[in-house]
Amino acid sequence: MKLIVSAAPHAHSGDSVRRNMLLVIAALMPAYAVSVAAFGWGAIITAAISIVACVGFEWLIAKFILKQTPTIGDCSAILTGLLLAFNLPCNLSWWIVVIGALVAIGVGKMTFGGLGQNPFNPALVGRVFLLISFPVQMTTWPRPLGFQTQYLDAITAATPLAHMKQIMKGDSLLIDQLPSLWDSFVGVIGGSLGEVCAIALLIGGLGLIATRVITWHIPVSILATMAIFAWLTTPTGMCGHEYVLYTLLTGGAILGAFFMATDYVTSPMTNCGKLIFGVCIGLIVMVIRTWGAYPEGMSFAILIMNACVPLLNKIRPKRFGESKK
Amino acid sequence: MNTFKIGGVHPQDNKRYSAHQQIVTCPLPEKAIIPLIQHIGAPAQPIVEKGEKVRVGQLIAKAGGFVSANIHAPFSGTITKIDTTVDAWGARVPAIFMDVEGDLWEEDIDRTTAVVRESQMEPKEIIDRITAAGIVGLGGACFPTHVKLLPPPGKKAEMLIINGVECEPYLTCDHQLMLEHGEEIIIGIQLLMRALGIKRAVIGIEKNKPDAIARMQALCSRILGVSVIPLNMKYPQGGEKQLIDACIGRQVPSGALPIEVGAVVDNVATVYAVYEAVQKRKPLISRVITITGKSVAKPGNYEVRFGTPLADVVALAGGIPEDTGKIIGGGPMMGRAMNSLDMPANKRVSGLLFLPEKESRRIEPENCIRCGKCVSACPMGLEPYLLSRQSELQMWDEMKQHSVMDCIECGCCQFTCPSHRPLLDYVRMGKAKVGGILRARAAAAKVAAEAAAAKNNQ
Repeated sequence: MKLIVSAAPHAHSGDSVRRNMLLVIAALMPAYAVSVAAFGWGAIITAAISIVACVGFEWLIAKFILKQTPTIGDCSAILTGLLLAFNLPCNLSWWIVVIGALVAIGVGKMTFGGLGQNPFNPALVGRVFLLISFPVQMTTWPRPLGFQTQYLDAITAATPLAHMKQIMKGDSLLIDQLPSLWDSFVGVIGGSLGEVCAIALLIGGLGLIATRVITWHIPVSILATMAIFAWLTTPTGMCGHEYVLYTLLTGGAILGAFFMATDYVTSPMTNCGKLIFGVCIGLIVMVIRTWGAYPEGMSFAILIMNACVPLLNKIRPKRFGESKK
Repeated sequence: MNTFKIGGVHPQDNKRYSAHQQIVTCPLPEKAIIPLIQHIGAPAQPIVEKGEKVRVGQLIAKAGGFVSANIHAPFSGTITKIDTTVDAWGARVPAIFMDVEGDLWEEDIDRTTAVVRESQMEPKEIIDRITAAGIVGLGGACFPTHVKLLPPPGKKAEMLIINGVECEPYLTCDHQLMLEHGEEIIIGIQLLMRALGIKRAVIGIEKNKPDAIARMQALCSRILGVSVIPLNMKYPQGGEKQLIDACIGRQVPSGALPIEVGAVVDNVATVYAVYEAVQKRKPLISRVITITGKSVAKPGNYEVRFGTPLADVVALAGGIPEDTGKIIGGGPMMGRAMNSLDMPANKRVSGLLFLPEKESRRIEPENCIRCGKCVSACPMGLEPYLLSRQSELQMWDEMKQHSVMDCIECGCCQFTCPSHRPLLDYVRMGKAKVGGILRARAAAAKVAAEAAAAKNNQ
């Protein structure tokens, strides 16, 4: 009989990279379903192009440029593609989506050596590249009018965040034009594919915590920081809790906090590091939203803090038996 | 609370195969090989010669130092040679070979099953008997028990902690021992308490053994100072430091022994051996081991005398299953894979686990995705991803700074890694290297200090 000899441990939890990626994809599905219901074909096509392009570029780059065995089986490129699509308007031209995918996978991930090596969240690298290169297309969102097949009437809507920015600057007349809080919660507000429905994202995000794919530290610290910041800077004409809820429910706050900032590769290892990471993201988002040139700062905030992760990883976990000083 | 605070994992316990199987005594073999290293520390020195006739329980090798243990003849018969053998861990060790003839015991050993409750022995006498009986920690580390009973000057034992956790998946020998010999274990605990001069003892048992908890609770209800602590399941709760944390909430500092926080920890099987040595004058010549696995015909708990070929014990359990891919001495988390069953049973092997071929192979590792799950799982609060990378890059000083010597090699990091990285392989290698460097530096410093002292004296 041939016996296998290897060092302990001989058991494994059964966890795998693929399982984690698939669970995150599954957690994005409720929000995606709402998105399809709100935008129609645009949501389906944009996501499909983005996913196919991301997987395709990863395969091509790994095979022909890096000469590695492609590892598309781990499903991480599918997740990157889906997250990129979540950050795009649904009526974006297909070739812009493809460029976004190329930058996300090519520049954001494969230049650093592939999965696990990239310092920045690839989907956000793609999105920010597109936002700077195609500012008009990236900030023109169709209205979520229900299942649509075309957007020829070119009805585009400014997002609630753009309104809020004006309100911050003293234009209190615009308060009436904000969507109702309920609309923001259940998802009939303008915005990128993945931003329309806070509750669907929240369900998925809580599912990720429940299945222990992510821990609570990053999302809670981001959202709590944003909430406190908003409470303290409530503009005249609005009451505090209303402004806090608008802050959390509009834009990419929930998508970013649960799905983008928690990316394993680009977030800190220790719980203490995760809390600092989250608080800093929350602060940067609010600074950009309140005083910056862009109405939304989630992508920038996460990318800035991604750069600080190696530093945050210097924080050691508490060792067993370490005396409290 | 009721468990340790940092890290830990929840492997499937898989105890159902051999749980509640009555302890079966393994028949005597025709020939036996008794390794002379069955403990941590120096090898025992043989005191018998080729051709000599020995009886069961007769001392055949004396402890080779303070941290070492006596070895007694597990069988009666004739010594055929004194040579070396390969032990269950794959190391070549000195050993005594013998032909087994009959079953003739030393006369002062009480072989009856009657429970001897009374004892008026002085602490020193108890410790002397434990030392003479060659008792070592049967939980796996095989640290000589008498050493723990003699705290270094300035240290005082306050609490005896009995390890009935058995957190390794599959193994059930300690569980069964508590069910069948609970009363003897309680007497053993009282003996150890008297030897240490302490008033309190707790027995830590995980909640997947409710019958053992109930049995031990019933037995110690009449006894002052002894109580059972039911613990929530979490691996590696049976680790000495984790168990102390779980039971009394004290954390042993880095590099220190349990006595630093006033604790002495002994496994239930060790305590049973203490009872037998002190009350029955029976030295440590056998132990209960679990033979288990999904495909084993008759998984169970077997009392095996040291020196019995492991293949004989396996034959008793129905032989090696067809689909076996890996044979593990011990449990799946910390046990060692063995390359044959020709080796003899010893004090160290607490079980034999047969894993099917499909569970035996490691999965191809992928890139580290920096998820931090190894950091969360490490019960010592280390950073396995970092240590393993440093080990790959031979950054020994950095490994020391990141507390690699605190690693208890429990395997939680590798168990939990979604990328199937061989984290513990690298950490273990680095730990051995760093340990070697530290010992070499200490030795060099000692030589230098002696040279300086000699110079000053001139």
